[in-house]
Amino acid sequence: MGSNSSSMNNIPNAEQLVQETGFSAAHILRLYERFQFLDKDDTGQLRPEDFGAVRELAMNPIGDRIISAFFSPGQETLDFASFVRVLAHFRPADSNRTRDGAQPEPANSSMRKLKFAFQLYDQDRDGKISRAELLQVLRAMLGMQVTEEQLQSIAERAIQEADFDQDDAISFDEFRKSLEKVNIDHKMSIRFLS
Amino acid sequence: MGTSVLYEVKTERGVFCMLLLLYLCCSGGKCELQESQPAQPSNRPTVKPFNNEPQAFPEEERASLPVFTMDYPRIQVPFEFTLWILLASFAKIGFHIYHKITIWIPESCLLIVIGLIVGGIMHTVKEEPPTALSSNAFFLYMLPPIVLDSGYFMPTRPFFENCGTVLWYAVVGTLWNSIGIGLSLFAICQFEVFGLQDINLAENLLFAAIISAVDPVAALNVFEDMGVNEQIYIVIFGEGLFNDAVTVALYSMFSFLADMPVVESTDVFLGVARFFVVAFGGVFFGLVFGFVAAFTTRFTHNVRQIEPLFIFMYSYLAYLVAECFAISSVLAIITCAITMKYYVEENVSQRSCTTIRHVVKMLATVSETLIFFFLGVITVTVEHEWNWAYILFTLVFAFFWRIIGILVLTQIINPFRTIQFKYKDQFGLAYGGLRGAICFALAFTLPDSINRKDLFVTGSIAIIICTVFIQGISIRPIVEYMNIRKTNKDKQTINVEVHTRVMEHIICGVEDLCGQWSHYYWKDKFKKFNDRVLRRILVRDHRAESSIVSLYKKLELQNAIDLLDTPIGDLSAAPSIISLQDEKKEASRPKKKFMAAEVRNMHDILSKNMYKIRQKTMAYTNKYNLPDESRTREILIRRHASIRRTVRAGSFRDPPERNIPRSQKYYSLQPGGDLEAAFALRRRSHGSGSGDVDHLSAHVQFAGASARSSSRSLVPMRRLNTIEEIKNPAEQPAVSVHPPPRSNGEDALNKTGPGSLGGSSLRGRRGPVPAPRRSSSDWVEEDANDSEDTGERVDPPQLPPPRGWVPENQDPGENGAGNALIRQSPHRSMRF
Repeated sequence: MGSNSSSMNNIPNAEQLVQETGFSAAHILRLYERFQFLDKDDTGQLRPEDFGAVRELAMNPIGDRIISAFFSPGQETLDFASFVRVLAHFRPADSNRTRDGAQPEPANSSMRKLKFAFQLYDQDRDGKISRAELLQVLRAMLGMQVTEEQLQSIAERAIQEADFDQDDAISFDEFRKSLEKVNIDHKMSIRFLS
Repeated sequence: MGTSVLYEVKTERGVFCMLLLLYLCCSGGKCELQESQPAQPSNRPTVKPFNNEPQAFPEEERASLPVFTMDYPRIQVPFEFTLWILLASFAKIGFHIYHKITIWIPESCLLIVIGLIVGGIMHTVKEEPPTALSSNAFFLYMLPPIVLDSGYFMPTRPFFENCGTVLWYAVVGTLWNSIGIGLSLFAICQFEVFGLQDINLAENLLFAAIISAVDPVAALNVFEDMGVNEQIYIVIFGEGLFNDAVTVALYSMFSFLADMPVVESTDVFLGVARFFVVAFGGVFFGLVFGFVAAFTTRFTHNVRQIEPLFIFMYSYLAYLVAECFAISSVLAIITCAITMKYYVEENVSQRSCTTIRHVVKMLATVSETLIFFFLGVITVTVEHEWNWAYILFTLVFAFFWRIIGILVLTQIINPFRTIQFKYKDQFGLAYGGLRGAICFALAFTLPDSINRKDLFVTGSIAIIICTVFIQGISIRPIVEYMNIRKTNKDKQTINVEVHTRVMEHIICGVEDLCGQWSHYYWKDKFKKFNDRVLRRILVRDHRAESSIVSLYKKLELQNAIDLLDTPIGDLSAAPSIISLQDEKKEASRPKKKFMAAEVRNMHDILSKNMYKIRQKTMAYTNKYNLPDESRTREILIRRHASIRRTVRAGSFRDPPERNIPRSQKYYSLQPGGDLEAAFALRRRSHGSGSGDVDHLSAHVQFAGASARSSSRSLVPMRRLNTIEEIKNPAEQPAVSVHPPPRSNGEDALNKTGPGSLGGSSLRGRRGPVPAPRRSSSDWVEEDANDSEDTGERVDPPQLPPPRGWVPENQDPGENGAGNALIRQSPHRSMRF
């Protein structure tokens, strides 16, 4: 218990993070341990290479995209607070916890979750998934197993399905509509260990 | 309905036949049997002394040589038993003739009804109920197959992922139910009005333990049909499985307590301790025997005929030994089955594997059928003690405690679950709690020392019939009405499929990033241990393979077998015609518009080829049928179809040279040198069956690339050309891309093929030879032909051979033919 509180004190703005992200102190603590584990050279900042050192992540077909989702554009490093903030997207939605008006949309709302997924496609951040972007993701996920023609027709089909305004790309609204039937909260939540 | 009536007539006739037999030949025999049975043991010691000194004994026998004798008593028990089984089996045939009955009314209901009818008949003719259902017979012969079946076919993966929840419901839920019901009934017994004061607490608890055994077959069937989500399914399944164990443990404990004149507090603690001993002891024995069984099958490759036997003997042994030490034999056999299944199925040949599965299912079905059937019979024929209060309160409490139990337990377990149970799910769980065979059998085998045994039997029967009939029949409409969360089976859009997969990858990646694997962590640990240690010891060919590869192998294999099992006739000519029409249709399609088929095709491509994340696979089992292979087959067939479409249809057309690598990608065997090695191994061991994995992969490839499946899949158009080529090889030696040099045996076969049908089928089977292939597929082709050869020659009566499966222990003559084919292949593989 004592060690807990003391390490809790080591974490910068722990209280604020708890408030902001909705993680419990135990969660934060655990994540902090993990953060330190990943942060091999003890700078208090994670670099993309640190993420790449996670072996399983390196094998994830869209692992690099996931990694880059943690870094806001132009930034090379990630401090703990932002780390936790990104992870907060994956907290299961809490039904009983009423939020005060200060934070109209917590990170773990299904909208934010969707946004996270959307941004994984939308690499150039123009608010649209273009055909090329979709193709990239598909290629990453289907690997060498499928021919380019098939990939293209799949992408074509996917865009046709979702594209309501005929601009040959999927906007976030369209993205959301196409996933209407999916339980986003269910799909995009992790039960964080504490 | 007409059929059911007809069928009832049938069974009645069966019964009459049986009764007639009974009456004709053994009305006196019965008494003889009773006399002779006790006499038998005493006979032996007396006979032995006689052996030394000659006696007048034999002379009497030889008084006159009978021309015709009948010794019914001698065969009476097995004979009647056989008749009972037959009767029950006829019943099953009966209600599967009219299939819709079993959709709306659970099979157990029907069996009970039949049993009631038969029992009624027996009652009117004053026939004794079957003697087969004694305590020993039930525990030693009828229960093991049922639990072996559940254990063997348990969907391991979802189970272990929901392990905690399952055990929670099974153990705590059962304890909760039995103690709750027991105490409430005991409270009821205190009222003098009901005249039940003589039932003490231990007896009440015993009774409660009996009736808290849930048998969710009916619920499972309904849930499975409706595609209720995996979580609920596995929880109900596991609960049914493990609460048998708990119930039996409680049963033995309480029946022991009930026998004791005074129960002291230490006894209670001892009872609790005993409970744990019983449970963990069972698991221990199960593990031991499971591993021993797995280890044994490592060496059975030369005695394939008796391979399946080991599975049954070891699991039965586990059961018996556990029973011997009075620890949970149910747990022992379940653990044994779960433990060995994985290793055994890798060690034994595919045929043995199929045999094992069939026999396990068969035995389980028979004994369950019999139990329900007997339930009906017993209900009518046995003396009942009917106490309105007791039985009504039993029903009420059973429902009440079940519902409360589920609600409370779910509240406790929910915070620990990633996916929580909603109220609807909880209702499904609670309502699925039918009582079944185990409950009845336990009640019926209650010791006679319990003074209200009849009441308990009546109560159990009442609750079984109530739950099975009321809940069993109503559960389908209710579940449908409530629309309990289902797995998303409706047609998804490509978007959904892609995006959900992306999301799954994200989750997976983030979990890795956070360094937490939830239960995957332990799974990984175990997998490593398994690969490093266990597999080395237990599996003959212990190369670890990824689960995806093994899944593919399994699917391909299954498909190969299925395709080979189907009669030749309908596969020979028809597919090519169909595919021709298909071709035309698809060619005439406009390109840009995506047809439904193409979308499906995309779905297929997506779902088959997208990198698998660590995702749960559905592994439903149906208690009455073998695990659903139709689904996997459908996946395969669709995949073949999709490949075919890919090869042809406009937007999906590939340059032909790309076909091969892409279809090759499905093959689980690594291309290149590895294959050569495999081939060498196979050649060496051909016929001995020791290169089983090579067989496997060979057939996997075979399934994927050639044989009849290929008539639907790879290159049907080209095959038509091949036929031409084959017919006049002299004309076009150069045109044919690669008409393979064919072995004599095969040619002969082709010529002497039985009529047009055989001929075309053979041609149809020639498969994708003409395409430029790498050595691997060529070799497969070889294997296909080879096996076809043997398959062609094997006598039809040899029933089970999934054709195309190289018989492992063939006589050398067959091998000779096979080798002739094989000898060709190194050349061929070199040629390409």
